[in-house]
Amino acid sequence: MYVSYKWLQEYVDLSGVSPEELAEKITKSGIEVEGVETLNEGISGVVVGYVQEREQHPNADKLNKCLVDIGAEEPVQIICGAANVDKGQKVAVATVGAVLPGNFKIKKAKLRGEESHGMICSLQELGFESKLVAKEFAEGIYNFPQDTEVGLDALEQLHRDDQVLELGLTPNRADCLSMLGVAYEVAAILGREVKLPVSGVETSSEKAADYIQVTVDAKEDNPLYVAKVIKNVKIGPSPLWMQARLTAAGIRPHNNVVDITNYILLEYGQPLHAFDYDRLGSKEILVRRAKDGEEIVTLDDAKRKLTADHLVITNGENPIALAGVMGGANSEVQADTTNVLLESAYFIGGPVRKASKDHGLRSEASARYEKGVDPNRVRAAAERAAQLLAEYADGEVLEGSVEADSLSVEPAVVSVTLEKINRVLGTDLDMKYVEDLFSRLQFETATDNGTIIVTVPTRRGDITIEEDLIEEVGRLFGYDNLASTLPIGSATPGHLTPYQNKRRMVRHYLEGAGLYQAVTYSLTNELKATQYALEKREPVRLAMPMSEDRSVLRLSIIPQLLEILKYNTARQNDSLAVYETGAVFLANGSEELPEEREHLAGAVTGLWQSHLWQGEKKPVDFFVVKGILEGLFEKLGVTSAVEFRQSEKEGMHPGRTAEIYLSGTSVGFIGQTHPTVEKEYDLKETYVFELSLKAILEADVPPLQYVAIPRFPSITRDIALVVDKEKAAGELESIIKEAGGTLLKEVHVFDLYEGERMDEGKKSIAFSLKYFDPERTLTDEEVVKAHDKVLDAVKEKAGAVLRG
Amino acid sequence: MQERLKELQTEALEKVSQSANLKELNDIRVSYLGKKGPITEVLKGMGKLSAEERPMMGALANEVRDAITSGIEEKQKHLEEAAVHEKLAAETIDVTLPGRPVKTGNHHPLTRIIEEIEDLFIGMGYTVAEGPEVEKDYYNFEALNLPKDHPARDMQDSFYITEETLLRTQTSPVQARTMEKHDGKGPVKIICPGKVFRRDNDDATHSHQFMQIEGLVVGENIRMTDLKGTLEVFAKKLFGEDREIRMRPSFFPFTEPSVEVDVSCFKCGGKGCNICKKTGWIEILGSGMVHPNVLEMSGFDSKKYSGFAFGMGVERIAMLKYGVEDIRHFYTNDVRFLNNFQVHE
Ligand SMILES: [Zn+2]
Repeated sequence: MYVSYKWLQEYVDLSGVSPEELAEKITKSGIEVEGVETLNEGISGVVVGYVQEREQHPNADKLNKCLVDIGAEEPVQIICGAANVDKGQKVAVATVGAVLPGNFKIKKAKLRGEESHGMICSLQELGFESKLVAKEFAEGIYNFPQDTEVGLDALEQLHRDDQVLELGLTPNRADCLSMLGVAYEVAAILGREVKLPVSGVETSSEKAADYIQVTVDAKEDNPLYVAKVIKNVKIGPSPLWMQARLTAAGIRPHNNVVDITNYILLEYGQPLHAFDYDRLGSKEILVRRAKDGEEIVTLDDAKRKLTADHLVITNGENPIALAGVMGGANSEVQADTTNVLLESAYFIGGPVRKASKDHGLRSEASARYEKGVDPNRVRAAAERAAQLLAEYADGEVLEGSVEADSLSVEPAVVSVTLEKINRVLGTDLDMKYVEDLFSRLQFETATDNGTIIVTVPTRRGDITIEEDLIEEVGRLFGYDNLASTLPIGSATPGHLTPYQNKRRMVRHYLEGAGLYQAVTYSLTNELKATQYALEKREPVRLAMPMSEDRSVLRLSIIPQLLEILKYNTARQNDSLAVYETGAVFLANGSEELPEEREHLAGAVTGLWQSHLWQGEKKPVDFFVVKGILEGLFEKLGVTSAVEFRQSEKEGMHPGRTAEIYLSGTSVGFIGQTHPTVEKEYDLKETYVFELSLKAILEADVPPLQYVAIPRFPSITRDIALVVDKEKAAGELESIIKEAGGTLLKEVHVFDLYEGERMDEGKKSIAFSLKYFDPERTLTDEEVVKAHDKVLDAVKEKAGAVLRG
Repeated sequence: MQERLKELQTEALEKVSQSANLKELNDIRVSYLGKKGPITEVLKGMGKLSAEERPMMGALANEVRDAITSGIEEKQKHLEEAAVHEKLAAETIDVTLPGRPVKTGNHHPLTRIIEEIEDLFIGMGYTVAEGPEVEKDYYNFEALNLPKDHPARDMQDSFYITEETLLRTQTSPVQARTMEKHDGKGPVKIICPGKVFRRDNDDATHSHQFMQIEGLVVGENIRMTDLKGTLEVFAKKLFGEDREIRMRPSFFPFTEPSVEVDVSCFKCGGKGCNICKKTGWIEILGSGMVHPNVLEMSGFDSKKYSGFAFGMGVERIAMLKYGVEDIRHFYTNDVRFLNNFQVHE
């Protein structure tokens, strides 16, 4: 809502309060003033001039040579390019020395050999927004009414010596979508009176009821419809001050009748509509829901198909307006209109919102109906409009209004105890003070034993419960005046859950290991959503996506990490390691929420280690990334339950991928991305992993227990085993561990040989085995016995031969 | 004889002092102190001496031996030190060359902000509550006092999946779910971080996905002054000890009264600059006293309980705090951007 400071002064005394101070006060007490605009800012030296003579420029077809009286001793010659300039017009002249917006200074000039002492201005050149310039002046210079005095300041004549406050209204403060509403608010803030406009007009002896009959079928949608008839109007421009106020509020002037309805909309917040009475095609108004398939051509000349969700005004037969949104072209007020039917109605928000949304039509009227208008202003607005139509359109107001009224308005009565006000706000206010605040808002109050009973005017439909009253007290008291305290009461322990705690550890661990944390979008396209999914499911799809690329929820994080690697590689950062923790979404049928599983994914590409001046470079490989995960499993205490099994997966290198099992259940995978994927993303060799974070963080881990440092020496035996090339080291290790019994405490691979000294299809793997007993020193026989079992087992179960 | 011994001593010590390395020194030791050395040779002639002279001469011979030995030892020590010194000198490196890099990643700036806020509130007795990103319309809107035809639903255009499920537009549904679980019994003190979604085209200031963090306290006698005090602690922790806050009345469906909260500009200290658009204040969050409808819907008796809630956009906080100019940076994950956040504060 744009509020003209000068206009507001008609309702509230603003003396001593500058527009800027007013803005600050309004903001502090509840409505954010988003800006204060000075309409004539940066403009000077523009006066009203009279075009005495106009002839074509001798040397230019499109220019006019004008002799203009600017109230100086002598008229001046001005060259003007506007097509609509002519002799006898009163125009705005930027005289020599004038300044126009953008610090554009007017100087004496010579145009094609002819002197020009100034410039005849369009409204746009005077700082008007194009869309607010009346159509007749949109393409050329502006013409003042003929009775405007020459030599006066043109901006003052246009009422531009004003400032406009832009209010950012929250949906609950629809009351301030009117000048009167703003006046009440400002009066309360300043502690001053509100002066209401006076209506009253002499009516003709004819009765409106003889001209029109009003019926409302859809009473729920339209509890009150008021029609007035004004005869013999003369269509013309509205007075300049009215045009100026409309323009300041962001509404383009049309003609006096339309401008008056818009003026009342701004003043009262009550939308009005003027029909051309003679174009109604009947003497009847019938308000009903539209029929499915019914059509109307609205004022903007668009044909609109209606449904039973929409409310229409009809002439008894056909729609003549889309209720609360826009009038119909068939009954539009035009230049030849003489008789006007004025509508002032109370429409319920629902159907108006539906129609406005379905047809993409948001008007000043629909915006107000959607948020709710004051039912008590419907009649007053109609009366005030009638008065202005008589005054500024020479209309003859017929006696009475024709109404269809099923409305019952009871102002809300809300009460609250002083104790509650103080308890919620943390204040110590007394009743007198609270009563005063409400009287500033012009709310009637009564008190009863510590309770204040407030009768809320219908203009403040947002106040319905005691908390609303508390808010009024709080904001007028001023939140700046509140003390600062902290909650008192029973202490609560603040902590992270074990899961949250471990997740933080995972992040710190991975970052310490060299991976950057990434955050990416949950929405992606279908291919990426499912490409590396741990579990194949149909992805969850948006009903109405904004684009295909953000249409489904991800089942895997890896594709987004690859996208990050691609982005960075393209920017000369081709060695990078990233990880992300975040939800993936598994559909659960359309009735249920999808299952959200937190995953951990990582992607590493390019060089893993490089020490530039020492010439050392090591690209990432499978075991780098596996080592990172093994370290993580160690931290989580799940190492002994984890197993890596060779596997194949779409999009992954078939020989360099492992599925990861936790206690026998697959929880994720690790491996090199398939070279075709690497090519597609323009990446060097890249390794990725994705795990169910939930699974690894929620694994059963026994409570931490200290294990004593062994006091007795251990015995180490190294063995080199020759096995088939396909034989997995992990399998051999399992066999060794199983056979080694309780004395075998550690096994690890320390060498792998697959060179030419081996027989075809064979390789040699060397293990180091450590035996010890925490309670005593082992004897040689004991170790030999255990070790022989190991050798037997690997020979028997894996066909391993001890390498000579 | 006596003279010969003295002579030998002088001669040997002279050679010791002139020896250049350990080998020469060793040769001197062997030639003077060895069994066939000149001292032994001299002592062989002791038989010719009288019984009185013999012990005297023996003592002198030992003196000479000791002097030469200690001379050699001293010299040896010296030579060894020199050798070490030389070796170390040859091992000299250029200490100004760069070290072997320990490459570490770091927290994403959004996580950094979230953890900082979480830790602050954990210290004040809050726990961290999380909830699903795909939410029921009920928790996202209705339980928060936004019935189906509420005009404020316009304010947050959402991504629906079905008529009843959508990507949450705020983290407030976590509050609704948590309150529901409390079964009408306070106190509740939670902080809820998470991803939220709105139908916005991505540009420098809009993102269809962003992070929010909200706080909720429900208890007996929770006052608006408690909200103010809590947010003051928050603003000072995040933006500096000198910060002040300002509460402006506003409107949110789930709180009443509702306030928007500004923090005094940390850049100019309130004098006015570009960051604060010359106002001296920067809007950082929305908050208010929990609406009684929300309390009741979640099973709390609004006569007995009251509460406050606050919420903010994490990107906005990060952009303000670190001077990030484009919200898309948070989701592009350019390593040159991420690497800005290595420093531990
Ligand atoms: Zn500033």
